[in-house]
Amino acid sequence: MLTLAVPSKGRLMERTAQWLAARGLRLRRTGTARDYAVALDGIEGVEARLMSAGEIAGALAAGEVNLGVTGRDLIREGAVRAEEVAALGFGHADLVIAVPDFWSDCRTLHDLDAVAAQFREGHGRRLRIATKYHRLTRAALREAGVADYVLVDSQGATEGTVAGGGAEAIADITSTGETLRANHLRVLEDGMVLRSEACLWRSQVDGGDEGPFRDLAARAAG
Amino acid sequence: MALEVRPEEPSSALRAEAERVAALFAARGAEPFETSVLQPAGPLLDLYGEDIRARAFVTADPLRGETMLRPDFTVPLVRDHVAGGRGAARYAYAGEVFRRQEVPGRAREYVQVGFELFGGGVEADAEAFGAVAEAVGGAAAPVIGDIGLLLAAVRGLETSPRRRAALLRHVWRPARFRALLARYAERPPMPGPAGAAEEIGARSRAEVEARRAAMEADAAVPPLAPGQVAPLEALIALRGRAGDALEAAGRLDAPGLAPAVERLAARLDAMGARDLPFEATLGRASMEYYDGFTFVFAAKGGPPVATGGRYDALVRAMGGDVPAVGGVVRPAALVGAGTC
Repeated sequence: MLTLAVPSKGRLMERTAQWLAARGLRLRRTGTARDYAVALDGIEGVEARLMSAGEIAGALAAGEVNLGVTGRDLIREGAVRAEEVAALGFGHADLVIAVPDFWSDCRTLHDLDAVAAQFREGHGRRLRIATKYHRLTRAALREAGVADYVLVDSQGATEGTVAGGGAEAIADITSTGETLRANHLRVLEDGMVLRSEACLWRSQVDGGDEGPFRDLAARAAG
Repeated sequence: MALEVRPEEPSSALRAEAERVAALFAARGAEPFETSVLQPAGPLLDLYGEDIRARAFVTADPLRGETMLRPDFTVPLVRDHVAGGRGAARYAYAGEVFRRQEVPGRAREYVQVGFELFGGGVEADAEAFGAVAEAVGGAAAPVIGDIGLLLAAVRGLETSPRRRAALLRHVWRPARFRALLARYAERPPMPGPAGAAEEIGARSRAEVEARRAAMEADAAVPPLAPGQVAPLEALIALRGRAGDALEAAGRLDAPGLAPAVERLAARLDAMGARDLPFEATLGRASMEYYDGFTFVFAAKGGPPVATGGRYDALVRAMGGDVPAVGGVVRPAALVGAGTC
């Protein structure tokens, strides 16, 4: 048996159901609209479970489910031991580093590092970058050799933290960049940290039975 | 039922080995240093930057704020030494340190036994090395280095103070240092057009203008000549028998390097170490901020058994003005290397 976690509501659930349907698999609610009982028709040995989108990465990490549909950003940020089976072609979002648009001297991560040095000298503290993606952002800044910054946690409305006085720059998910522009922010030229989309993942903690997995993987590829 | 072996937990053999090493350091007149496992995060973050959060276990203390499980003894030791307003001193400590690991199999907690000397020059280098060598015995072989050579060559570079400062700031980030060197060997880019976008956040438009002006001034600085970059690259690559490396460093045409070469010669003499293997930038990327003498003891093909070096700049960054050198031994690695 194989357990597949599917986002439990909204567009993510609809698009996942469509993606499955295009591969001859039908997601069917078995209880009332309110509970999370669901069945997957068209394949043997795979059981579907609806889960809140934010919890799927954790369930894969714990091996509570063998397969799951969730964003690449959440898997990488959580350092979840899971293998990408297929990219599903929706839920596109990029994790980017953005600075106030009026920082005309700051177009690259090299500039951001120089700005951070200048800021620390002038303000006596490190430049704050607001994000909820601490691990990915820290790894990207380390790779680029940016120093003298500090990450501050922002669990929502991150794009508003600079105008609100909570940070000097941000690292956040964007799909069109519209929200960033509306908040007077601009993505650095080399500020792309991760290109994310919804993917089908297999837990490396407990990948489940091989037979049904091969069947599902063949359909995902086809 | 077989007893479960938990390699990260101190065994009696490990405890005995730690005590043996600590006794050797105490016999050299070191006073014992103790500090708590829970350390305030502030000084560690100020010194190591955000990267320390990826390496240390971080927790929240409801009264004291962000707290870390002691990732090393150096920072609390320097903090207490500086706070006490002390000059020359020597310390020994033994205890567990905690490091986050994303690679399975690496120890997340292990015992360190350390010996640190405040005050003194090359003779202190020799004593710190000698103390650690005595503790390691024949279990592992040393390699020595000297980051002071590269620092001196950068300080002596004939270019703008701004560029020298940027290179010095990134000496301990090898990839970034190399990228800066490459950048300064070409014409730097001018700032883009000034924007009319709305001013938001704590960094002011005046600061943006100040940096634009600095970038424009920097564009007038002549690029580094190949003859300026080559000695730096030679120093980074310099390795071999210490006596030969010393001679090679002495032949490099780098302004400001000579005093550092003399210091290396004096240290090698004090240690009687001209035949040891030498790597000029040994320990440069270890996040310890060594700025002079460095050393590593490793068993053949194994992990480091002991590491150490000089960290005068770290003391200065924490508000002190006394030079310092020291080293730590990992008794678990010695037990593993079969000295017990």
